[in-house]
Amino acid sequence: MTPGEIRTAVLDILEGIAQDDDLGQLDDSVAFREQLELDSMDFLDIVMELRKRYRVQIPEEDYPKLESMGSTVEYLTPLMADISA
Amino acid sequence: MPKDFLKDAKPNYDVIVIGSGLGGMTTANILAKSGYSVLLLEQHYKLGGMATWFKRPGGKIFDISLHGFPYGMVKSCRRYWSQDIADQIVQLKGVRFDNPMFSLTTTYNRNDFTNLLCNDFGVEEAKIKEFFDFARGMNFYDDQKITTGQLFERFFPGRQDVVRLLMEPIVYANGSTLEDPALTYGIVFSNFMSKGVFTFKGGTDQLVKRMHQEMKDNGVDSRINCSVESVNVERGKVKSVTVNGREINAKAVISNANLSTTIFKMVGAEKFDKDFLDEARDVRLNSTSTQVYMSLKEGEQVEHSTGDLLFSSTSKEFSTDKLLSREITSRTFSFYYPDLRPNPKNRCFIVSSTNANYEDWSTLSKEDYEESKRELVENTLDALEEYVPNCREKIDHAEAATPLTFEHYTRHERGSSFGTKFEGLGVSRGLPEQIQGLYHAGSCGIIMSGWLGTINYGVIVANDVDSLLMKQASSVS
Repeated sequence: MTPGEIRTAVLDILEGIAQDDDLGQLDDSVAFREQLELDSMDFLDIVMELRKRYRVQIPEEDYPKLESMGSTVEYLTPLMADISA
Repeated sequence: MPKDFLKDAKPNYDVIVIGSGLGGMTTANILAKSGYSVLLLEQHYKLGGMATWFKRPGGKIFDISLHGFPYGMVKSCRRYWSQDIADQIVQLKGVRFDNPMFSLTTTYNRNDFTNLLCNDFGVEEAKIKEFFDFARGMNFYDDQKITTGQLFERFFPGRQDVVRLLMEPIVYANGSTLEDPALTYGIVFSNFMSKGVFTFKGGTDQLVKRMHQEMKDNGVDSRINCSVESVNVERGKVKSVTVNGREINAKAVISNANLSTTIFKMVGAEKFDKDFLDEARDVRLNSTSTQVYMSLKEGEQVEHSTGDLLFSSTSKEFSTDKLLSREITSRTFSFYYPDLRPNPKNRCFIVSSTNANYEDWSTLSKEDYEESKRELVENTLDALEEYVPNCREKIDHAEAATPLTFEHYTRHERGSSFGTKFEGLGVSRGLPEQIQGLYHAGSCGIIMSGWLGTINYGVIVANDVDSLLMKQASSVS
């Protein structure tokens, strides 16, 4: 997957989790937490969905890398490079 | 021949969950939904663990732990259970306090509390905002040195009344005390303050029934009257459990039983490192409770204005010791009205809960024990009289449960109502590092206690188990 495809994939997961938020306005460089009503369970859901859909394993110590859309895509790019969109 | 409660159980499962408390059922449900074969074993004759109820003739039904939970429960039920379950969650708007310091009714959320603290308690608004923001910003990774008592002293020095308002409900929600790390308070308090207190419309029996159905639909093989004798470990890995005399294999075992029962009785101390055992031995159990269950006669009602949850106390001051003491001065009354807690005769039920010390009950002779139970019922009726006038004439059934009752039905060590104290969380999380495939999900560490806490902990552990099983599958193929 390309970084653009990964962004779309993450956005799709977020849509299921942050149902009350407007994701169209999402700023990739700003932390999710500052723009969306996300709590720690929501971040866990992102991790679980990524594993379920794309079999990507994210160890707990790497959770902070999912801080913003920009950092998430950057972190996932090498992990998801071999996955076809 | 006795009934075989394991009839047609398979010899192998991907996952075995021991205990069907809300945490255990949630883990089982998520993993079954992810495609794993799951066996859920419950020692009691019904599912639910501490999320339970009992019936008495004449259409009486009593909820044990359905007192109220934060709004986060809606999201957790929708996501990890079903929309249908989430849709049954409704707000309890009448949270009432009555003690020598103050009497008030609140919706128990941030706006209402800000108004109360500002107008009735005369606290500066900026200070209130600062406190709420600080509490909300707390998370599990924070500094654990500051205690809840110190937190209050920092923000509201010398204000016993403010501390009481902020603390009393949380003591009943998760058993935490002023001496516990502040984050155990901050997280739970903020969860409640986000929107208020909620309940499950229909009662605990309806919730557990729907969860049972949902698990069935997702393929969980759940069994009651199945008491696990041991969790068997081979070469540092979980191999099987022995239940009702039969050995059943599994790649992962999640215990929703008490943490120390899991380590010392089911697995056995010899399977763990010495340092880990030392840590495990130092884990303190959380406090236990007594309860009195009362039903009103058919046709008798309690005014809705009496409240849904009433924190009542005759103690002039507020202290943790006083809340636990047998010289009961504080009680929480949960009022179950027939519109939220439907029952065939439209009765109103009242459950009084008090935190308690196990030793105060376990050391009594049989006669003294029975006498103490009678006393507990009588004292509770006396206390209730102030809120429900002539309650003795209106009530046709009252009975008590003690720490020994909880111990008997849930097999929680010393009847613990909220699992373990804070240090239990580290031990619970450390199990899979000791034995591959062994996990614990259940009330522990105070944060992971209460209905929402234990469900969310069940989710966290399901995530860990899924991760392990997927890794194992990819290394085999």
